[in-house]
Amino acid sequence: MTNTGQNNARYQGVAITGMGIISAIGNTLGENKSALLSSKSGIGNLKHIKSKFVPLIKVGEIDFTNEELISLLQLPKNNNFTRTALLGFVAAKEAILNAQISNNDECRTGFVSATSVGGMDMTERYFKSFRTNPETQKYIASHHAGDSTQKIADALGITDFVTTISTACSSAANAIMLGARLIKSGKLDRVIVGGTDALSKFTINGFKTLMILSDEPCAPFNAHRKGLNLGEAAAYLVLESDEMVDRGPKKILARLSGYGNANDAFHQTASSKTGEGAYLAMQKSLKLANLDPSQIDYINAHGTATANNDLSESIAIKRVFGDKVPDFSSTKSFTGHTLAAAGAIEAVFSVLAIQEQSIFPNLNFKSKIPETGLVPVTTLTPKNIDHVLSNSFGFGGNCSTLIFSKG
Amino acid sequence: MKPVYIHSAVCISAQPTFESENTIPEFHELTGKKIEAIHPNFKNYISPIALRRMATGVKMGVAAASKALKNAGIEQPDAILTGTGMGCIEDTEKFLNAMIDNEEEFLTPTSFIQSTHNTVGAQIALGLKCKAYNNTFVHGALSFESALLDAQLLLQEDEAKHVLVGGVDEMGTEFVNLVRMMEDKSSDGIKVPFGEGAAFFILSSEVTKDNIQLLDIACFSTLSKDAVNDNLHNFLKNNGLGVSDIDVVMVGNNGDSFDPYYDKATSMFSKTTSFLKYKNLCGEFYTASAFGLFLAYEILKSQHIPMVLHQNQSEKPIDTIVLYNQFKGRDHSFILLKRC
Repeated sequence: MTNTGQNNARYQGVAITGMGIISAIGNTLGENKSALLSSKSGIGNLKHIKSKFVPLIKVGEIDFTNEELISLLQLPKNNNFTRTALLGFVAAKEAILNAQISNNDECRTGFVSATSVGGMDMTERYFKSFRTNPETQKYIASHHAGDSTQKIADALGITDFVTTISTACSSAANAIMLGARLIKSGKLDRVIVGGTDALSKFTINGFKTLMILSDEPCAPFNAHRKGLNLGEAAAYLVLESDEMVDRGPKKILARLSGYGNANDAFHQTASSKTGEGAYLAMQKSLKLANLDPSQIDYINAHGTATANNDLSESIAIKRVFGDKVPDFSSTKSFTGHTLAAAGAIEAVFSVLAIQEQSIFPNLNFKSKIPETGLVPVTTLTPKNIDHVLSNSFGFGGNCSTLIFSKG
Repeated sequence: MKPVYIHSAVCISAQPTFESENTIPEFHELTGKKIEAIHPNFKNYISPIALRRMATGVKMGVAAASKALKNAGIEQPDAILTGTGMGCIEDTEKFLNAMIDNEEEFLTPTSFIQSTHNTVGAQIALGLKCKAYNNTFVHGALSFESALLDAQLLLQEDEAKHVLVGGVDEMGTEFVNLVRMMEDKSSDGIKVPFGEGAAFFILSSEVTKDNIQLLDIACFSTLSKDAVNDNLHNFLKNNGLGVSDIDVVMVGNNGDSFDPYYDKATSMFSKTTSFLKYKNLCGEFYTASAFGLFLAYEILKSQHIPMVLHQNQSEKPIDTIVLYNQFKGRDHSFILLKRC
């Protein structure tokens, strides 16, 4: 990667020219869109992982087994792709195809991916047999978080700047943000950004100890919410400089017009009562996008359906938007909380909301949180949508906000 | 575009780098299979209550960050950037073992909470009550370099004035032995001991009296051996330099079958250039290159190359250092420092 070229600031923000996604509500962009438009949730019982918690939790799991994914991707038998890498490869491949990119050599191309679980899905299976069973040893090298990113970059022929971000549940939002900054600074012409996380026994048990997993389909922003549903997913977006778009001609799906990253600096896992980090992230993103809060047509909320997040996020939203809170919903009621991938999944959904000029519903909502009284959009609602604000907050106080605008 | 200066560098490593002030300590060459870092008295930097829950990497990271801030006279950085290859592997192993051994029973959340990769960056922010931009990179041997590149971007684009950036990896107990086992299976494997450490830096767009500039950094996911020299040439050229301008080249040799990448790269420089290998001093780990950057900064500042590193003694001033690192033939990085 070299440091030449100047950004042409003719348009606001960075162009999004392609998207790919696999989640509990569909294996392709088209399937995800159909499910959102028909209010069809992907939350159900855990099938692919053996855990004693199966009867006690609901999850957003992808139907494909690893073997099916391997055959879909035509990988050799002796591959050491973890499920995280498999899901990521499916989504990244679709994003490239969707952007009609035939060659990643034609410009300075980067790849920035997010994950929290990394290769844990294989490590937890083989940790006790690594030493003695040579067949499992290929997964020792695939444990670290950068492995899935490297594999996907290699498969896509991306050789330049490639990196992985892990800031818990805000990871993919930060990956998208970095990609935009690399383009704006002129360091890269095109960056594929997003994230991937597979379900694992490790995360299920971890969240179980925190006592924030619901045994029912999650109900974001509901007064009597019982906690979150874990999910697995991968999604990527193609970001391109305006020079690349002009060279095209390229279809611009939407533009990433604002982003903000702040830290709550309150607690390792809990959000502050005032939602300070969330508030700051939203404020920063609005400022960068040069938008007044009243110009936001829809908020795709973080809305995990935990007692702590939804209250804290509601307070932060009210601090930013006052009495005029825009229409909002949490699509985690469709996909579950896909952790490091969530920011990318919801980025794709935000762009879809702009394309479809519709707000996707917040499922399972019954009554408003008494302290804040906010009511999400609960049915598919057609609306003129120019700007969507998407929140992603994580452990460690990491809060990030992205703003997507009509192309 | 704003310039990027290094205001302070603090390193916890297998060498006595942490306690030494303004001098490069006596280094010794490491031997053996794995070597822990020299852990300082963490109580001087972290409250006893916070310390109790922290694993080694978090302690090393928070202590190094705290001292880097102090040395630069910065109370609140405008960004906190962390790179870690294996993340919080101690707590990861702890939770994983408890989960497997007890068949998902009797688990407590502490080690899970502390196992997330962004724990170090989060704990630094929490300790400082710092609400600024915060990011964690976890990309193998480019983890630290990615954080450094993000720092460069923030400063050059004037999104920040003072940035805290560091690399940290703790040894852990089991995974490291598995990787060691795999490396020791063949003669092509890594020969230096596996290590651990933390190095944190304050980077700023404001000049200091030492005037040491981070001119540039470049990362490549993959490069063929034949392409290394062309890319290194271009990297120097983009910064207005040629091979003859480079006083010291620091390379990440670890004794494995990918060391020829370094041989190839160093072959393009002249005889007056010094070549320094540093992984025999800090051990190999994903963020070992942060030790390399620390050392390069100290060499520029003190104009002194530690005895153990000497290859060819030269009396001329040391103004420009380039660092080259890669891991298993991929994840290549060039970092260019200049004393102005």
